[in-house]
Amino acid sequence: MYGLFLRHFYLITRSFPRILDLVYWPTIQITLWGFISNFFATHTTYYNNAVGVILTCAILYDFLFRTSIGFNMLFLEEIWSRNFTNLFIAPMKIGEILTSLVATALIRALIGLIPAVLLTSPLFGISILDLGIFLFFLFLSLYLFGITLGILVSAGLLRYGPSFENIAWSTMFLLAPFGCIYYPIEILPEVFQKIAYLLPLVYIFEEARNILINQTVDIQNIYYAFMWNAVYFVLSIALFYYSFNVAKNKGTLINMGE
Amino acid sequence: MKNLVEVKNIKKNYGKNEAVKGISFNIKEDEILGLLGPNGSGKTTTIGMLLGLLKPTSGEIFINGQKLEGNRIEILEQINFISPYIELPKKLTVKQNLTVYGKLYKINNINERIEFLSEKLRLEELLNSITGELSSGQKNRVSLAKALINEPKVLLLDEPTASLDPEVGDFVRSFLEDYKKEKKISILLASHNMNEVTRLCKSILMMKDGIIIDEGNPEELINKHGRKNLEEVFLKLSRSKNELN
Repeated sequence: MYGLFLRHFYLITRSFPRILDLVYWPTIQITLWGFISNFFATHTTYYNNAVGVILTCAILYDFLFRTSIGFNMLFLEEIWSRNFTNLFIAPMKIGEILTSLVATALIRALIGLIPAVLLTSPLFGISILDLGIFLFFLFLSLYLFGITLGILVSAGLLRYGPSFENIAWSTMFLLAPFGCIYYPIEILPEVFQKIAYLLPLVYIFEEARNILINQTVDIQNIYYAFMWNAVYFVLSIALFYYSFNVAKNKGTLINMGE
Repeated sequence: MKNLVEVKNIKKNYGKNEAVKGISFNIKEDEILGLLGPNGSGKTTTIGMLLGLLKPTSGEIFINGQKLEGNRIEILEQINFISPYIELPKKLTVKQNLTVYGKLYKINNINERIEFLSEKLRLEELLNSITGELSSGQKNRVSLAKALINEPKVLLLDEPTASLDPEVGDFVRSFLEDYKKEKKISILLASHNMNEVTRLCKSILMMKDGIIIDEGNPEELINKHGRKNLEEVFLKLSRSKNELN
């Protein structure tokens, strides 16, 4: 028994991503639900006139989640099937690999999203299409952020190998408290608000709530969301190229999956 | 015969650890070069550098006259690799896997190519089988088909017959001999099977601790070291201090 305990203990102590994984899951869950509880306790009437706002935000968040996880899954599939080396010795540029993953991730996310959108109307009498033409911009912005996170995690997988996999599953949860998905940004402590304003998520979800509750459109929110998306997208691509070069120096590419 | 592979004084350091300490060698057209050495001698690192998966700390690699650095994609179109440590996606059928790689290598006549390789490698009956459900011998032949899908000029083989039964091992060796003769390709064979190396290779490099400690054809090495066979030469060199450098 002690031997089996040691086997897992050694594994954890030799991998920083695994230690991080142990620590931040409880922290993030407590933080996220703490803010949600706090919001509902102090703003009981906020959603009274806008049935479906929470569900709409949940669908938007799920689209983001599916896009990001979908991208990561495509990358992880190659590691799990020990096909990773085959892929990286094929005559494909890094840009071509990324483009094909980005397109495939979109198709995966849409396959998951369309049935969810169609089900909300008959089951709950709510249509996400109430967001109007701006729904397209919100989805586009979420898609960009989703693939940006996917590229960042894939860069981590290239740099640190399969032990980075746990981070792949939890990036979305790590950002959820700052994304202000189910509550307005004012509910966050001031320090957290400053961090939240550096993410496109807060502008996207604030705008979704604004359209549904106030029936108005604040273009500035959409603009800021795209601006931050562009910044993070460029950074993620640069980091991916950097990680690829580090992996070529460290030999991660030939040992991936072992 | 021209050199299809030219390796000039390549070194690879992982931090302070010198995995490959400045080795040079060439592989001619229509030649199989054996790369032997104990575990940790630098064989895999050398293959990784030839595939462009590892950046040499210094030195140069030329494939078919083109420098690898700066021409990685063009060179990857001309080479391929097989190793028991990498596999093809298990859930796809054999034909789907070969089609995917045919597309990745931008092969025009994929179906013809798959048909040709299936016939040569006895895969006709397996094309619609799920790759993950095949035996090791069948998977090995599928991996070989993938490695030949782009008609490579240079083929890198890392223990290509490891874990195969003698019959399949013999089939693969015979196939490689015939294919090399027919297509005039260069093959680098890293193997721990000394009978295989003796049969297939006219030239051998012996690596240890990141350097080439001896080279020659199998017979020369056996005579030079006064041993009965290549396995005994391997054991002698592996257990002794580095001889040449």
